This record gives sequence, structure tokens and C-alpha cells, in this order.
Amino acid sequence: MSIAYQIVVCGSIVPDPLQTLEPVASPGGPALKNEMMLPAVLDPWASHALYEAGNLARTALGSKVWLVSLGPKAKLQQVMMTVAQKVPFELVALDGSASGFTDASETAAALAEAIQAIPGLDRSRLLVFGGWESASRGAGATMQMVGERLGILDQFQGVDELKIAADGSLEILERIEGGKHQASRCASPPALLGWATGNLPEPKNNPQVGMLNMRTVMPALQRAKAVKLPGEGLSFASVALPKQLRDTRIVKDQSPDEIAREIVAG
Amino acid sequence: MESILFLAHTEADGSLGKAALETLGTVRTLAAALGGAKFTVGLAGVQVQPGADLIAGCGAAEFLGVAGPEFGPSRYGTDAAAAEALCRAVQATIVVIPATSRWSRVSAGLAQRLGGRVDTHVTGITAAGGTVSVSRWYYRQRMEGLLSRAQRPWLILVEPGSQPLAPVQPGTAAVRVIPVTVAESGQRTTVLGLRQPAGDAQTIRPEADLLFVAGAGWTKKQADGQPHVREAERLILDCLKFGRASLGSSKSLVDLGGEGQAVLSFLTHLNQIGQTGATPRHPKGLATCCHGEEPHTVGWRFVNERRAINTDPNCGWARGKADVLYVADAFAVMTRVNQLLAQGAA
Repeated sequence: MSIAYQIVVCGSIVPDPLQTLEPVASPGGPALKNEMMLPAVLDPWASHALYEAGNLARTALGSKVWLVSLGPKAKLQQVMMTVAQKVPFELVALDGSASGFTDASETAAALAEAIQAIPGLDRSRLLVFGGWESASRGAGATMQMVGERLGILDQFQGVDELKIAADGSLEILERIEGGKHQASRCASPPALLGWATGNLPEPKNNPQVGMLNMRTVMPALQRAKAVKLPGEGLSFASVALPKQLRDTRIVKDQSPDEIAREIVAG
Repeated sequence: MESILFLAHTEADGSLGKAALETLGTVRTLAAALGGAKFTVGLAGVQVQPGADLIAGCGAAEFLGVAGPEFGPSRYGTDAAAAEALCRAVQATIVVIPATSRWSRVSAGLAQRLGGRVDTHVTGITAAGGTVSVSRWYYRQRMEGLLSRAQRPWLILVEPGSQPLAPVQPGTAAVRVIPVTVAESGQRTTVLGLRQPAGDAQTIRPEADLLFVAGAGWTKKQADGQPHVREAERLILDCLKFGRASLGSSKSLVDLGGEGQAVLSFLTHLNQIGQTGATPRHPKGLATCCHGEEPHTVGWRFVNERRAINTDPNCGWARGKADVLYVADAFAVMTRVNQLLAQGAA
């Protein structure tokens, strides 16, 4: 039984993990110092979701992938230059803050509205993907709220594997405590999957895919709707870096035996 | 006055897990800080009476339960229905929840359903002057925020391991059962069971005292110009065995498998620590053959005593990330460490 899936991936941008981040106070609440200057990447877990979506679309003929992304338009454009070369998708862009200090509820409302506006969406073929958390807010809350707004009651988080059974049901492995997975079977779409790392390596850049994607990426960015995330009712008393710089003792001249004894005694 | 609900699920035997008992302690502290506010216990699961009896003396104003075989599996549709019924029955303004994988799956959706807000991975709750604030981390444990919210209900998921255990005060609790009927649309998912490596092959041990982290250096060429991956595997597994440690790894080591290079056969992405991996809570950590770059070490935020072994004296661990950096060959050191641990175990 082969279904042509409609796979909607939600994913935004985050600062490159190698960047030093420093919080600052802004009129709109906490922000990152030089936030607009920091190089950005597609959120790592959302990236996994996108790669899994691309892989599923390749194996289930007729399937299509949308990437719904909320972020500052200029930064989205930069990141899409790379992301667009990974897997074929159609971008749905929303122009707004991708800050980790925005509220998940407001972000979810904007994403759900954008998904509902995708023409020809068919719930019987709909799979909503995203990262189980982000590398910014890291709450693991947005996707569930999107699912609730779309009326999807089959939700899975920390997903590492999705298999389509012969009868069209979805077999899913979710991460749970203690390095274990919970295996579940969902009868059919619609379903929402918040991905952990999955099992796929990062796809190599494919310039042909990039060319194809960029035909829709640029128009999508031009018509990106502006979204306000005011953070109503949310107030931060402080945001601070941890004071955890340690006074490292560097041991250079001890034998393996001496070091081992110190570690075991430790 | 806030109306507080402590929301927990019971385990398969009806008891309460460690994360639930930790969160209960936080609820009691919060209630006291709010001038003796009342709190209610809400439990969901196949059976709830054993769990309620376990904490009968906790000081709750009332015990509510949603019970039945359909509430046994950890599943979004049924868990959301049970939790929604408990929250509505109490008209809770603040719902404090242990952030187990089960409740983490469902709580944000529940907040949406109730018209409230949610904060997850909360590591502290305080109340001053009637205002409740929570602390949580942003940008993968790089910065900590203290925030409060005006909206209610406010669902707060407390990070397991971040709070002390509440003392258990058993007794007999009078549980008011809330009837919940779950529509068929909420039961389209069937839980098939758990998948886990057998016995000692399970390298992730959340209760272990020591986190042993293996970096990509274990698979690189050694002094003789050859990689010694099988020897590295043996040394690491022996350390886990004799030291009863939990295994973590750097992203670069886990990713090597996807790039077709020789890797440690027992490592998976579940072992990954850091920016895109786990942030475990162990009293001690030992990093080996790992450079200690920021994206990895943010996963060490809650590891107290940190040691590292690396041949590079200028690696990231030397820059305030570890308490001690041993500049040495990890193969030689771990061989001796394992001998000492084995002697101690004998």
C-alpha cells in the first residue's frame, strides 16, 4: 500500500553552535548580543526532520515536502542557500523572530496558520515533522501545540525511526528514559513526529536540487508574511550566563599509573 | 490564590517513579512559599491507588485519579485526555508535572487545549510576594533565565534530577476517580513495547555515578601509525563494566559511523552528549580523547566533578571546562584504570 504523503516540516534557524552567545536586554525582552550578525544554521533537530522527510518522499512516490520556517527573512535567505541543496522541498516562509526567548505558544499559532493555508492539504496524507526540541528555546513545546491546533492526536516525540508497514500504518521508535526506545504503531496519517537524530547522515549538497528549490525559495521569501511574537504575559527577571568557569589543573608529568590511581581514588 | 495541581502518571505497578517524587517535593515547597496554598494530587495510569497510598501523607488537599487499561500505555491521545480531565476537575491555575518522556510528549498540547502556557525543563520554582517564577536554560544550557507568566493555567515541567526526592509518607489515600471516555480517534496508536539493548549492552545508565565520555580520538591513528578501534572498544566496555559507568560520546564520534569510518560498535546517537545530544546528570564525568569544544561541553552543564584525558594540553577542557586535565595517552591510562577497578571489584 503506497501513500503519496504530504510532509510538512517545521524548522527555524539558530545561531551556529560554534558561536559564543551572550544575552543582552533589549526593549522587547532578552536577546542575543549581535544576534543579527551571528552566522545561522537550520536547527539541528529540524534538519534531521527535513532529511527524514526527504528520504520518505523519495521512497513514497508522489509525496511532497514543505518546509515551514519562521525567522528573520534575511537570515532565512542566507540559510536556505545551503539547506536548499539537501533535499527537494517547497518553502513556506514567515518573517519574524527566531529568538529562543519568544513564546512557544505564539510561534505555534503562526506555524499552524501557515500550514493550514497550504493549498490542497489532505489530512489523510498529512505528516507534520519537526525537531523534538530546538537549539534555541529548547522547550520541546511548539510542535505539540501545532499538532493540537491542527487537531492531530497521534503525536510522537524524540523519534529516531519511522517505517511504513505494508498496510500503510506507521511504525515509530521514540526515545524514552535510560537509552531505551518505545515502539508504537499508528494506524495512518495524520500524525506529528518530533524528530531526535534519526538514523540518516546529512545528505551531500546537490546543486541541481538547490537550483530547483531556489525557484520557489526566493518567491516564498518575498511573500513571507510578517509575524509578531510579543510574548504577552511573559516576563523575564533575568537571563545570565552561568558562572561555571573552572580553575583547571593541568597535569602533564604524571605516569599513566599515577593518573589512573588518582582517577580511581577520585 | 493559586490552585496547584501535582500531575503525575503511575508506573506499570501503580507506584510513582523517582521523577514524580522529586516533583512532589517541589510542589510542597511551592505551596508553602505561597502562604500555605492548597495543592491537589492528580494521577493517571492503569491503577492509581498504590501511587496515591505511597504519598498519602504528603499534605495534599485531595487526590484525584484517572484509571483504566487504556491509560496504561504512554500515548498522546489517552494521556492528553486523562490530564485534561484532571486539570479541568481541579480548575488548576498552576500544574506542576515531572518531565518524564511520557508527560513531555503531551504537556504542551495539553496547555494548548486548556488555553494556558507551558514551560519545560524547569530546574527551579520560586515564589516571592505571591509571584511564581521558574528558572530554565536557553540555547542548550548556555544561559539561564528566570521568568514568570501572567497566563493561567501555567503548566510547569520539572526536569528530573534537578530536585531532591520528597520523603515518602505512605498511608491510605481517598482517591476521587474522574471518569474519562477516550474517543476512538484518541486510540489510533498502539504501543508495541520497549526496545533496549540486552543486559550489559545497555551503556546508558542514568543512575550511574560516573559519566564516561569517549571522543573521536579513540578511533584515530595512534603512536604506531595504526588505529586500534577494537582495543578501544575493549577498554571502554571494561571501564563501563568495572566502574558501573554510563557511556556518553561526542557528536563527531557518533557521526563517523554515517561517514563510513571505523567506529565503536556499541555507540548510537543516544549516547551523544552536548548541543544536539543529551545533558545528563551524573555526579562525576571523565572525558577521554575528546577535545571539549563548547557544543559538546554544554551537555556537561549538570556534571559536577569533571576530569579529562587528552594528549593536547590546549584542548577545550584546559580552558575552564574541566577540574583536572590529564595530558596523557588515554589507552595507557584506561588500561591501568581498568586494572585497578577490576582489582577493587574482585
